[in-house]
Amino acid sequence: MRYSYYPGCSLKGTGRAYEESLLPVFRALKVELAEIPDWNCCGATAYMSSDESCAFALGARNLAIAEREKAGDVIAPCSACYLNLNKTQHYLAEYPDIGRKVQAGLRAIGMSYAGTLKVRHPLDVVINDVGLDAVKALVRKPLKGLKVAPYYGCQIVRPYATFDDAFNPTTMDRLLAVLGAEVVPYGLKTRCCGGSLTGTLEPVGVPMAHRLLLEARERGADMVTTVCPLCQFNLDGYQGTVGGGADEIAMPVTYFTQLMGIAFGLPAADVVLNRGIVPAEDVLARRQIAV
Amino acid sequence: MTTQFKRWIKYEADTDPDFARSIVESPGGERLRHCIQCGTCSGTCPLATHMDYTPRRLIQMTREGFKAEVLSSFTIWLCASCYSCTCDCPKEIKITDIMYALKRRAIQEGVYPRRSFPIPVLAREFFKMVYNRGRVSESWLVTFLLLKTNVLKFFSMTRLGLGLLRTGRFSPKIESIERREELQRLLDAVGAAK
Repeated sequence: MRYSYYPGCSLKGTGRAYEESLLPVFRALKVELAEIPDWNCCGATAYMSSDESCAFALGARNLAIAEREKAGDVIAPCSACYLNLNKTQHYLAEYPDIGRKVQAGLRAIGMSYAGTLKVRHPLDVVINDVGLDAVKALVRKPLKGLKVAPYYGCQIVRPYATFDDAFNPTTMDRLLAVLGAEVVPYGLKTRCCGGSLTGTLEPVGVPMAHRLLLEARERGADMVTTVCPLCQFNLDGYQGTVGGGADEIAMPVTYFTQLMGIAFGLPAADVVLNRGIVPAEDVLARRQIAV
Repeated sequence: MTTQFKRWIKYEADTDPDFARSIVESPGGERLRHCIQCGTCSGTCPLATHMDYTPRRLIQMTREGFKAEVLSSFTIWLCASCYSCTCDCPKEIKITDIMYALKRRAIQEGVYPRRSFPIPVLAREFFKMVYNRGRVSESWLVTFLLLKTNVLKFFSMTRLGLGLLRTGRFSPKIESIERREELQRLLDAVGAAK
């Protein structure tokens, strides 16, 4: 199995633990990832707020390069990148004016995009292409007794829910169960984490992240596991800033790929728990899970 | 003696039907007039309680042509793009995309809820950074944003900053693609308004 790999800016920055754990796990699964050469930013929410043609042009350049490289469908681990590349695909196909304008722009730089690629999320690939049987065969150290709140966030399932339900997704629940973890019921699994509002409008954004953590604690979770670098950042990074003192939560927030790495028995350097601001080591030790 | 009363009623002549039309014609806005005002969007929106107009109200005001009120509202900037409303809307209105169309219009016309409101400033700094470099350097983006909106906030962010430094997630490196000129030509060709 071979795919084009679109890391996105966060996976090279604050979300580097996602890439650092994703690559070894996919190697273990015998899935080859070829990073798209000279990929550019997906535009996040800022480009769509400024100029929609530019937003689609950003996505189209990445897709055009991936198509030219012939490395297969595009894997985008960050939810914002996943959404924006998918949205570009939809709008190029469904809105002829946008399609023409963006194709003309691509021609001006000697490129074109025929629309032959699909944009996939690594969770989708693990569940539907690799399969849970193959995952199970690699589990060396089951995450026995570890209570995990599966947090999907919004943009991985909305509005382009291609592989799971838009409000009650279950793919990560099933994956975590195969890894041996105990998945706690978590009704807020696709409730917004606050997105960039934690940085721009803290009194509004931070309580949104906080509420998700409180709910996980109420459910008895040892940790929250995410599929998105911005969700991870908000939940992990802002725990001390609201409530403080007595209401300190101390809930570790990991990527699903880190838990796969632990269960596969990969070395600590491939699981990179040291990247978490809230340490996960204590919780794992309490459940007698060695990394 | 005459008393000046503030007029609360808006006459049809005060509204701007061209505004509503331009939003309907923007990509994703085509079903705006299908709204049945059921309020599902406001019920599902995680930010509705913080908004000056709920999404349902904003949709109605948009299609009635209340341009000034809509463009200067906090609502459009509070939308975090979680797409709950878009997925739940029984009339399949792409409400998130309409919010984007309204944000673009507000930026074009330079209308914001208040001076140095950080959300449009972030959009502008982000746009410039990607136009110039092709990628986002997160640490620098936050620095530029705080310099332009609220320098004092740096102090309240020391805990987060130290946490990121300790875990090796704060990088002073300026990220960039190799063919920056190629990307700029593409963005200019489709109409980048720098």
